[in-house]
Amino acid sequence: MLNKTERQKEQILRMSGVNPLKCMRCGKCSGTCPSYDEMEYHPHQFVYMVETGDIEALRNSDSIYKCLSCFACVDRCPRGVEPAKLVEALRLSVIREKDANHLTANQIPALIDDEIPQQALMSAMRKYSK
Amino acid sequence: MKVSYFPGCTLRTKAKDLDFYARKCAEILGVELCEIKDWQCCGASFVSAKDEVASKLSSVRALVAARDEEQPLVTVCSACHNVIKQTNDAMQTDEEFANKVNLYMAQDKDPSEPYHGETQVYHYLEMLRDTVGFDKIREAVKNPLTGKKIAAYYGCMLLRPGKVMNFDDPENPTIIENFIRALGAEPVVYPARNECCGSYVVLEDADSAKKKSNSVSDSAANHGAEMIVTACPLCKYNLEKSGSSIPVVYFTELLAVALGVKED
Repeated sequence: MLNKTERQKEQILRMSGVNPLKCMRCGKCSGTCPSYDEMEYHPHQFVYMVETGDIEALRNSDSIYKCLSCFACVDRCPRGVEPAKLVEALRLSVIREKDANHLTANQIPALIDDEIPQQALMSAMRKYSK
Repeated sequence: MKVSYFPGCTLRTKAKDLDFYARKCAEILGVELCEIKDWQCCGASFVSAKDEVASKLSSVRALVAARDEEQPLVTVCSACHNVIKQTNDAMQTDEEFANKVNLYMAQDKDPSEPYHGETQVYHYLEMLRDTVGFDKIREAVKNPLTGKKIAAYYGCMLLRPGKVMNFDDPENPTIIENFIRALGAEPVVYPARNECCGSYVVLEDADSAKKKSNSVSDSAANHGAEMIVTACPLCKYNLEKSGSSIPVVYFTELLAVALGVKED
């Protein structure tokens, strides 16, 4: 029987399709990440923290909301690890829980102006809300 | 030639010029854009989780509509293109996902045959390059943009993930530069042309988006560009909002000016 951490890890790996054991810890993902400065944990840390089962720390960190889904880490990883997919799986594992949406529709009016494209609202809702 | 056309939510609202001039120029270049009937928003951002199914159905419906018309599917917005192309790839390569999607789709009124990624998906720029041809565009230009120094801004969505988008070399793309040359202008190559503008994080952390957008527009301006050209409404918004010192225009507007259907 798996304990809670093992279950969480298995869920993250299954959702993301990522194999963290492929990582050789070169750090290129974090080196190329445009959101590096805003993140508490950086893309390379996501990879080894998932591998070692340090999942709660990632789930509780704002870093999961700072990823831009720009796929720079995905394309530039020499080992094809795809760290952004881990960030996405961790974020979804949080917001899919009851009342855990990170962004709700009633917060939107205060965040926007007249020019903002619908595309921004759609993608933010898709990334931050179930 | 006829192609199925997916405009997307933003092209109907805040980015009408991107859509209007795409249609206008296609007419001149001999391509009939057949808008997909009752298309639904693609969702604007592809969710990479393998167990996320329902939110990808709108893209699959657009792909199925094009397949049933035996036409390629053409998009103009970078985000629509990225979402629909990644969804199509998942339908081709992830059998479990495709099976779940087809079970959902079988519940539709008048369901189509199960779908496995048969449709060819092209961005309008790829259509200009591969179907129309940049040489033909060069011949069709009425007002060459001679002397204009223009920076192509690719951003993320057209290029990455490279092995799925298969749009151009993701680290050293040339398609928009060649497009700019075909219109008679001079492309400006600058380091940040394939970096992110800050995207939807503008709603979560506006300062973060501003920093990223500034680094893109500053990079273009510092390399001598007098204008930035993009295919993405959100890139345009973020760059303009963060105070780009040079104008940001849609590639279809630029094309329309060169073809003589829009005033400079």
